[in-house]
Amino acid sequence: MGEAIAFYVIAALILGFAVLVVSTKNTVHAVLFLVLNFLAVAALYVLLTAQFLAVIQVLVYAGGIVVLYLFVVMLVNLKRPPEDHSAPQRHPWVGFALSGVVLAQLAAILLFGGFGAATDSSVAQNSDLALNNVERIGMLLYTDYLIPFEVASMLLLVAMVGAIILAKREL
Amino acid sequence: MIDTYLIPLIKVLFVLNATLVGVTYMVLLERKVIAWVQVRLGPMRVGPYGVLQPIADAIKLILKEDITPTRADKWVFTAAPIIVMVPALITFAVIPFGPSVNLFGREIPLYITDINVGLLYIVSVASIGVYGIILGGWASNSKFPLLASLRASAQLISYEVAVTMTLVSLIMTAGSLSMVRIVESQYEMNLWFIFVQPVAFVLFFIGGLAETNRAPFDMAEAEQELTGGFHTEYSGMRFALFFLAEYANMIVVSAVATTLFLGGWLAPFPNVGWLNFLEFIPTWMWFLLKTFVFLYVFLWVRATLPRYRYDQLMRLGWKVLIPVAIANLIVTGIVKVIL
Repeated sequence: MGEAIAFYVIAALILGFAVLVVSTKNTVHAVLFLVLNFLAVAALYVLLTAQFLAVIQVLVYAGGIVVLYLFVVMLVNLKRPPEDHSAPQRHPWVGFALSGVVLAQLAAILLFGGFGAATDSSVAQNSDLALNNVERIGMLLYTDYLIPFEVASMLLLVAMVGAIILAKREL
Repeated sequence: MIDTYLIPLIKVLFVLNATLVGVTYMVLLERKVIAWVQVRLGPMRVGPYGVLQPIADAIKLILKEDITPTRADKWVFTAAPIIVMVPALITFAVIPFGPSVNLFGREIPLYITDINVGLLYIVSVASIGVYGIILGGWASNSKFPLLASLRASAQLISYEVAVTMTLVSLIMTAGSLSMVRIVESQYEMNLWFIFVQPVAFVLFFIGGLAETNRAPFDMAEAEQELTGGFHTEYSGMRFALFFLAEYANMIVVSAVATTLFLGGWLAPFPNVGWLNFLEFIPTWMWFLLKTFVFLYVFLWVRATLPRYRYDQLMRLGWKVLIPVAIANLIVTGIVKVIL
């Protein structure tokens, strides 16, 4: 019961902050709402007894990446009123249609993806998960998900090299 | 009921209040220590030897006029000091002051909680504190605070990388992220980690100085260049929050360094027979003593060393500390595999 209340409160916060991120005029405020959104997501992870993920979420997203966003947003002069968004290549309905497709996709995954109700064995696993969160995730990352993990790290490396090349044309 | 709600609540209240009192007295201690280094007396007027000075300071700061600049971003301006202070205080949730004591027939552990990601929790909570500094400077809508907050946040982000990298090699030695487990593994090895990981200790301490914006890395408040730093526009209690958060962070860094490198609550040299008489001092006392040593070194460094130049500071962070931290990590890994 208490868990359900906590879940709905946190979910409402996540959605509320997400709406505020896209609807706020002031960009710095939008970034701050993004931080709050990430913190609420971290709270959701704690509710799922995934403390390790929660802490990493705060460390990497809220504490690391968004700080850099904030830097960019602060240093770009945003005191001017936002420009008139009447560029001819912008079609708001394309965005709406795309988001509708994504929503349908996610719903389909949830409905037909075999995410049934939690069985007894998964609940038992959960209590074990709470005790050895880090060990369990480490085991999974270096056995079952080794190749996706390494590919993701390669992707990050490529992105970093790309960013350096874009920023510094003459090295 | 008592065990799940009442006792943790009492512990939280106790630790919070003890920290706040400790923080205010750190300010007095700093003034006294620096005065002694410079052959002065320091505050002497309020109470004997000035011991009531922090109370006088607190009353003064609370009674001062609280000014919000007209062009400031009001909400962010108000939130910034809170964002700085809260992470500094909630870190104490996972710091173990001792194993457990018997009080009124109850086994009470001397820490608020022991989560299995304790060390990562501290690192991630500390990374939130950066926002307060950036936002405080930005929301003031004033040149010098903005410059100072940019400097401070660039410094914090750079040194955070080095410190976190250092902590990884320590975690490999300890085999756990739980703060209590880290102390216990030092007990089992009969060796404090300062002797196992001396390089990591030096890196952590330098990083800790930079992370708390203390001299010689106090670029954020270089008075000669930036008037007052990112909190130039703040007054009264809001300024005090920034000021006290710095001292709270010093206590956090000292307590974490004690736990990780100096064996936390353990008495020194438990393996040397004739030193066993040291056991009569309670465990939490050892913890506080070791933390105090670190705090004293913080003040000593400030009284002794001149400030770094900004480019030197960034060069030290990126070109010295981070490569050394990575090398230390690799060596630790190799040793760990061989042994």
